[in-house]
Amino acid sequence: MNIDFILYKLLFAVIILMLSLVVAMYATLAERKVAGFFQDRLGPNRAGIFGLLQPVADGVKLFFKEEFMPAKADKVLYILGPCLTMLVALLSSAVIPWGDTLIIGGKEFALQMADVNIGVLYTFAVVSIGVYGVMIGGWASNNKYALMGSVRAASQMISYELAMSMSIVTIVMTSGSLSLNEIVSQQHGMNWNVFTQPIGFVVFLICAFAECNRSPFDLPECETELIGGYHTEYSSMKLGFYLFSEYINMFIASAMISTLYFGGYNFPFMNELGLSHNWISIIGTLVLMAKIFFFVFVFMWVRWTLPRFRYDQLMRFGWKGLMPWAFINMIVTGFFYMLIKRGF
Amino acid sequence: MLSHYLFFFLSAVALISAMMVLLSKKPIHSVLYLTLTFFTLAGHYILLNAQFLAVVHIIVYAGAIMVLFLFTVMLLNLNIEGEFPKSTLMKFVSAIAGGMIFLVLIGTLKSFEVTTIGNPELTQIGLVKNLGKILYSDYILPFELSSILFLSAMVGAVMLGKKDKN
Repeated sequence: MNIDFILYKLLFAVIILMLSLVVAMYATLAERKVAGFFQDRLGPNRAGIFGLLQPVADGVKLFFKEEFMPAKADKVLYILGPCLTMLVALLSSAVIPWGDTLIIGGKEFALQMADVNIGVLYTFAVVSIGVYGVMIGGWASNNKYALMGSVRAASQMISYELAMSMSIVTIVMTSGSLSLNEIVSQQHGMNWNVFTQPIGFVVFLICAFAECNRSPFDLPECETELIGGYHTEYSSMKLGFYLFSEYINMFIASAMISTLYFGGYNFPFMNELGLSHNWISIIGTLVLMAKIFFFVFVFMWVRWTLPRFRYDQLMRFGWKGLMPWAFINMIVTGFFYMLIKRGF
Repeated sequence: MLSHYLFFFLSAVALISAMMVLLSKKPIHSVLYLTLTFFTLAGHYILLNAQFLAVVHIIVYAGAIMVLFLFTVMLLNLNIEGEFPKSTLMKFVSAIAGGMIFLVLIGTLKSFEVTTIGNPELTQIGLVKNLGKILYSDYILPFELSSILFLSAMVGAVMLGKKDKN
């Protein structure tokens, strides 16, 4: 525990935090641009060149809007709700390996906040406490629509968490480790998990959509039935926190998909290029970012293409559609793994 | 040294939030304070170098059981203050029950000896690899039996909750 190590970790934490926030900020613009493209219109283009200042304009608008709190709201919990949602959204970035190591002055610096040996379980824990922010916010606003929205959100998250965990368990079985860094380094070159785990990947992707409350699973904020969902009574920057954390969640979920199934910072022919270790690490980080942006685009692509599920369809699909597939995938993988590994 | 301060901080938060579970007027606040207590207990597990137990504690208690509690409290809408009946009989019974627990505590603490378990940094039993090996080799039968117990409880709950179609 020397001083450089602590300083490096502090700097790295600040960079990761800034990166998540900036990416989420521009994801809001990208979403509207993509929507414009899909609906054959231009999208926002007034603020700055190509509308590049639009997120700043939106932020300023949210800051200066009137702060309104319902008269009978539980004041502490009303404020705690958006704070918790934001906190939980940012928490899981701690265990994602953003790149290989950098060697500066003979010292090795890992491009990961914490390489804990329970990284996968840590993400489970963060996902499972993600429900609190939404539930507390919806309940504290003292509004029936908000309560309905939060109950919907919570039951949807709990239902899809199971299938999601099952598909990650399969990855843990094949790689034999709970550390995300280890899982990534086993996918060196092109040995990506998506080729051995296609069913698990599809299940995970669908669950990631549901966990982020994104379309076609955006029932918690279904404007046509509920006025606005769990954040109906929120205004100003508190509403901003809820909306913004959705984009951070999307970014983190894309990072998890890339890490677990698409090799993380690995890219093909990384040994044949003949570059030094540091350059490979830097290119690896950029490749990871490219993968993440692709999946963020997939999130938007699906949102502007598919219609919304009905609530009973959503529940039936989660429990009777995805769960059996996740279980079958796990059992078959376990069977073949024992067959090959042990040679029965 | 830092772990000492962390221990006292976590213990203080755990005790205060556990007290607040009982003292707060609104049921929903009690549920949230209980969740906070679980988080501080998870912190204690990490101090004992049992990371796996800490994370599983959060997943199971904070992530699943307390969410269920929160659901129930929200849907029953128990947010009216001072709803609990406090008749004289109730007070009498609770005084006796509390006094008996107090006696049991005194009895336990009397024969309590301070034991040192050594440096928790050196015990590797809480790490997931060692725990998994022991659970799936030495304790495989109790482990499987307890999972069957959980499954039967779950099936029973579904059976009880199912509407009778006849």
